[in-house]
Amino acid sequence: MSFFFNQVIIGIQLGSQYVLVALGLTLIFGILDISHFAHGQMYMIGAYLLYIVMVLGGVNYWLALVICVAALAIAGVLVQRAVYRPLRGQPHINSFIAAIGLILVLETLVRGIQPNSLTVPKPIDRTLHFLGMSMEVQRLIVIIGAIVFIILLQLFIKRTRLGTAIEAMSQDREGAALVGISVERMSALTFAIATGLAAVAAVLMAPLAFISPEMGNVLILKAFVIVVIGGLGSMKGAIVGGYILGILEALAIAYISSGYKDVFAFGILIIILAIRPTGLFMGREQE
Amino acid sequence: MKKFGNAGFYLLLVGIAIALPQLLNLTSSGKYQIHILTLGMIWAIAALSLNLILGYTGQASLAHGAFLGIGAYTFGILLARVGVNFWLAIPLACLFTAFLGMLVGLPSMRTRGPYFAIVTLCFNFIVFKVFENWKWLSGGIQGQTVPIPSYLGQRSVRYYLVLAFLILVILTERQIVKSLLGSSFIAIRSNERLAEAVGISTYRYKLLSFTVSCFLVGLAGALLAMENGQLDYTVTNYFYSFYILIYLLIGGVATLSGPVVGAVGIFFLLDRIKSIGEFRNLIFGLVLIVVIIYFPRGIVGGARQFWDWAKRQYAGRRGGVLE
Repeated sequence: MSFFFNQVIIGIQLGSQYVLVALGLTLIFGILDISHFAHGQMYMIGAYLLYIVMVLGGVNYWLALVICVAALAIAGVLVQRAVYRPLRGQPHINSFIAAIGLILVLETLVRGIQPNSLTVPKPIDRTLHFLGMSMEVQRLIVIIGAIVFIILLQLFIKRTRLGTAIEAMSQDREGAALVGISVERMSALTFAIATGLAAVAAVLMAPLAFISPEMGNVLILKAFVIVVIGGLGSMKGAIVGGYILGILEALAIAYISSGYKDVFAFGILIIILAIRPTGLFMGREQE
Repeated sequence: MKKFGNAGFYLLLVGIAIALPQLLNLTSSGKYQIHILTLGMIWAIAALSLNLILGYTGQASLAHGAFLGIGAYTFGILLARVGVNFWLAIPLACLFTAFLGMLVGLPSMRTRGPYFAIVTLCFNFIVFKVFENWKWLSGGIQGQTVPIPSYLGQRSVRYYLVLAFLILVILTERQIVKSLLGSSFIAIRSNERLAEAVGISTYRYKLLSFTVSCFLVGLAGALLAMENGQLDYTVTNYFYSFYILIYLLIGGVATLSGPVVGAVGIFFLLDRIKSIGEFRNLIFGLVLIVVIIYFPRGIVGGARQFWDWAKRQYAGRRGGVLE
């Protein structure tokens, strides 16, 4: 039984990272209507930045977290300005293709500079024992950190003027523009927040896993799965979907097979989309 | 008259393509170039197949890497393990790929736009994982050798074979595009709801387009297996879906010459700059972004635009009438 609970906790920790990435993606994909497929690569860049700041720069983990999130937020705005803004108003598929270009650029750049996978030391390298279960502190940090940032995001969206502006835009873009919300500025802000969240996920997860140029590939596909299943633009859907996928996956790895662990999520997606082509929960109706 | 001139131009191109290996065979380094050109033409067939579903029907499939691999493995396994005749194995590989394509299309064609792209990419990922893990199927690290008949041992023979298939595929796609079927595809691309409203069964036509597209990419896979003589599971990698997309887009989407120009041209250029290794993907990515932002119609589309513009300028100066 304790094995089962251990797996559930690992699942929640996996889910935490999914939720953070999927939340960013649901903001970009659901609200701005951009298939930002390179979001996973931004996550990867975040992990490498952590390595640079923390291991090479010798900065404290928590300070490095702040630096990485800020830097990635700026990087997100740059990507939006350079790549997606010129493509606004064009067919969806064009931004998707531009995103594939971004994937190739970012991944090759990183692999060209540092082809080997790297590791980052854990800030608190201890293992807790509790009721027959053992758990690394870093897993706890991931779980709690994700919850903190999810709450911060909710507070930002619901309680601040800028956040409400983003929500207004998600409900009705023309209406938002009519009442004087600058779509341009909100797009940049959305990208900053979303990419910052990806950086949070990367910094939290990096001490538990290898850092490699490919680390964002599968993650972004899973985030897309979560966003599609959870309903486009629905943050609640992304949160619930992310945790469920994480737990299901951890259980599948433990009880079925680890070689095919990444296949489950995509199989589920294909089945769900076959039954409901617009996603499981009604988010925004797609054009 | 104009039509005749065009036909002459195409015959000239085919003539050059036929003469090229004879010239290249004269030098020792040229022999290797034949191999590169053959591979370029195989990718051209793959790009033409994607052109049908993406360029003309407007559905971005990112599963073509998987179907390429499936076609290649079907071909390889039929030849090596079942012992089927070479000329029978090619159509069988195409048909099997088309059949799988139809099965995948049945559910995924209900989705649209980015959803379809995501579903197909997920499918490609699943196929890649299956080939990676299922050693019996893929042959593991050693892969699968593809025994080809001895008369195909020469590079130039394989070149001509691929060239013949390429011309066949171009002509077939031209017939499809010019027919009523092609018009239906293009109607779906322009406005799916309108097409539905005027009585086109969009789901069935999209499915048909996808199936035919998979048939063609299966052919590209079989030819790739033949040319390389060796297969491993990486042939199903979704990166190939991206590459095919890049060849098509840079060459010129929704044109018949674009995919050929893009695939053969880029493949040839890439081989020239092989020394920079991994960094070519970087250039690939940058070019892709620039092309999609500034030249969404690719090399051929851009050239055509320029040609029309030049003709207008010329006609305007002479005070002539546009044809």
